[in-house]
Amino acid sequence: MDEITREFLVESGENLDRMDRDFVALEKNPADRPTLSSIFRALHTIKGTCGFLGFPKLEALTHTGEDLLARLCDGELVLSPPITSALLRMVDTVRLMLADIEAKGSEDDHEFDTLIDLLTSLSQPAGLPSPPPPAPAQVAPPTPGTGQAEVPAPTPPSPPGVHPKPAPTPSPTELAEPRLPTVAESSVRVDVRLLDKLVNLVGELVLARNQVLQSLGKPASDTFLGACQRLSLITSELQEGVMKTRMQPIASLWDKLPRQVRDLANACGKEVRLELEGADTELDRSLLEAIKDPLTHIVRNAIDHGIEAPAVRLARNKPAAGCLTLRASHEGGQVNIEVQDDGQGIDTAKVRQQAIRHALFTADQAARLSERELLQLIFLPSFSTAEKVTNVSGRGVGMDVVKTNIERIGGAVEVQTRPGVGTSLKIKIPLTLAIIPALIVASGGDDYAIPQANLLEIVRLGAEGTAPRIETILGAPVYRLRGNLLPLVDLNRVLHASAATPPRVAPPARTIVVLQADHHQFGLLVDQVRDTQEIVVKSLGKHLKDLAVFSGATIMGDGRVALILDIAGLAQTAHTLEAAAGETAPAPSAGPTAVADPSQRLLLVTLGGEHRFAIPLAVVGRLEKIPRHLLERAGTDLAVQYRGQILPLIYLTRLLPFAPGPVAESLDPLPVVTAIQGGRSVGLVVGRIVDIVEDCVTIQRESRRPGVLGTAVIQGRMTEVLDLPALLADGENSPEPFATALAQ
Amino acid sequence: MSGSTRYCTFSVDERLFGVPVTEVQEVVREQVMTRVPLSPAAVRGLINLRGQIVTAIDLRQRLGLPAGPDHPASLNLLVRTAEGPVSLLVDRMEDIVELDDACLAPAPSTLTALDRRCVRGIAQLPGRLLLLLRLGPLLDLRATPAPGPITN
Repeated sequence: MDEITREFLVESGENLDRMDRDFVALEKNPADRPTLSSIFRALHTIKGTCGFLGFPKLEALTHTGEDLLARLCDGELVLSPPITSALLRMVDTVRLMLADIEAKGSEDDHEFDTLIDLLTSLSQPAGLPSPPPPAPAQVAPPTPGTGQAEVPAPTPPSPPGVHPKPAPTPSPTELAEPRLPTVAESSVRVDVRLLDKLVNLVGELVLARNQVLQSLGKPASDTFLGACQRLSLITSELQEGVMKTRMQPIASLWDKLPRQVRDLANACGKEVRLELEGADTELDRSLLEAIKDPLTHIVRNAIDHGIEAPAVRLARNKPAAGCLTLRASHEGGQVNIEVQDDGQGIDTAKVRQQAIRHALFTADQAARLSERELLQLIFLPSFSTAEKVTNVSGRGVGMDVVKTNIERIGGAVEVQTRPGVGTSLKIKIPLTLAIIPALIVASGGDDYAIPQANLLEIVRLGAEGTAPRIETILGAPVYRLRGNLLPLVDLNRVLHASAATPPRVAPPARTIVVLQADHHQFGLLVDQVRDTQEIVVKSLGKHLKDLAVFSGATIMGDGRVALILDIAGLAQTAHTLEAAAGETAPAPSAGPTAVADPSQRLLLVTLGGEHRFAIPLAVVGRLEKIPRHLLERAGTDLAVQYRGQILPLIYLTRLLPFAPGPVAESLDPLPVVTAIQGGRSVGLVVGRIVDIVEDCVTIQRESRRPGVLGTAVIQGRMTEVLDLPALLADGENSPEPFATALAQ
Repeated sequence: MSGSTRYCTFSVDERLFGVPVTEVQEVVREQVMTRVPLSPAAVRGLINLRGQIVTAIDLRQRLGLPAGPDHPASLNLLVRTAEGPVSLLVDRMEDIVELDDACLAPAPSTLTALDRRCVRGIAQLPGRLLLLLRLGPLLDLRATPAPGPITN
């Protein structure tokens, strides 16, 4: 039996029960319009669904009953005991029919012509107000007596041999054979709020259980130990059971797909066959909601870009109709959803070209990228290999949204593709959101929880050789992690910025938790990493809802409340905070002689290409990553609001006439180096910030080019050391103002 | 219109305050408090009330009273709000008093605007003044607390 029929049975059962009650109420008060209308609506619903599901006999019967009810509603007829009886008989017959449909899947060979005739005759507008009651009594021969309402007896009009079993009064012989509960009896509708409350309570129980187990350390009696173990077991099972009540099959989401796929295929001029596997895979309601949009995006992409036009497919020896397969399955506490097409696959060569065109990589680097790395690029914002943007897809926004949404709920996306054979996209998501794995860290004496979905790795400081790698660029700490510069955020400073000044220099033996928020990576300096734990997420009260740094709170094993860090919010807060703190940091000396000392530290950047440039750190204010959408145009100048002021932005390439290719248009966020020029800050857009070197750098070759101090060999590469103040001064005096530079 | 209301009274900084008993959920003793960095000053922290996470408001701070000597108010007076219970930290619970609505005096003009919003009225008890609080404005922390004089 399909889901729709099942739902119909449950719903109709409820409707019939209500009609029973309503009829009884109506007998006491026949003039009660609202009750009549309620019966009418219930019957109308059943009739409509019957027609839709293809039960013509049931539809005919309910239609007749509806006619009669309509007249009652209109006041053309007055409810009389015979009419009530006939209608109740109809209700009973419908109930029997439903039982049959449930048992056999069809309405079978029931005949209710007599009942239909009876109902029809009753609904004839009687010339006189009195005749109707006696008349039906004659029309309906099987009705035993008119005076007594023994009408709901098991459907007299039905022909013999139709329903041996479903008779409502079970005879003793039938009891021997246990009757399976009907669908309507075996399922109950429950308010979602009640379920949420149960989930909460079970969460509490889990915590209480943890507390009990924690305090078990002392010598305990065997009985107590046994009871604890049982408690633990039952709690786990209860948790599982309650979580299941919130589960819904993914079919509820997929039901809409056949239509969507059909429309999309038509719009794109493709032929697509949709196959759904594992539609009964269940996952949490909230998660279903969260994957709805990503799934739509993926399906769109597959049809628009993946599956080829029928002619192309035939030429490639494939069937004209492409096959789009969606698979869902459970695997180790996770749900896997796979969307597979047998289309043309993703052209990795095209992705590589695109990556070079967007200047994400140089041709050299791009050539070295593995296929896996290349495929990750399609999730970057505004990255698209589509030649033309259709109204279906190709704007390069979809996959970005997919990844963000999936990661937000603690999931992951993976692509596999084979040119000419097809593409497969795998989504892994957790079963539920109410309980998440988290890393517990300590900062300033308090414990905080970090959702593991944000966690990349943990770096222990203080170990031999690692300590010196925390460096500060004028107040902004960075850490060199395998050659990359990882911006650091000190949790103590973010959380207790207003409190008595925390130590600026990190004490030894602290830990960096490397986190990912949106597309941004940073290291969080914490005092200590305590544990990983499953935590029950609870929301914060209205007074604390506005705190971007926390996403909620949880209760630890010892009953204490611990706050859950919102990593994206934390990154944002830290950024503004650093900016504010930077105001008080010593202003960088921007004198032209700043570079004289060859042993000083240099910031290595690339611009458009691969060639490296070095900027003396002494003239660098801060390193920032500025999202493109924050850029504003003031007249012809490009600027960004920064620390409450306007920071003009200049592409460094424009100040260097000899610089290679431009900075990628797609680069987002823009790496920006700020410097002081003429008493105010200027932001210089570079291609990539590579590293900071402290080696003793000797400028080997003086340069005659303006703005370049000379060339040095740094990390085995020819690097031009820039004279930033001179460059900026030039830029300012240049007859062609920044306009064109900025228009880039 | 006359009637009487029962008030749950408590003291903060040796001053007597009251809220209608119908708005009080329960009183619990000192709980382990988790401080919330970056929160409004009046928020002392979070407590675990039988698995429910409840925000605790430092009433002393909220009312602009001087900070307690060394032992901060620690009794949790849990009041009902539309968004669930909120804890008011008070020094000591006092009696339940029943007051005639008619004998409440309006807040004196010497109170600051904010304090006046939070004050439902003042009742003159034998030997003491009872300040009846209005929870809505009291729990609205977006308004900055303006410490104003409270006369005994």
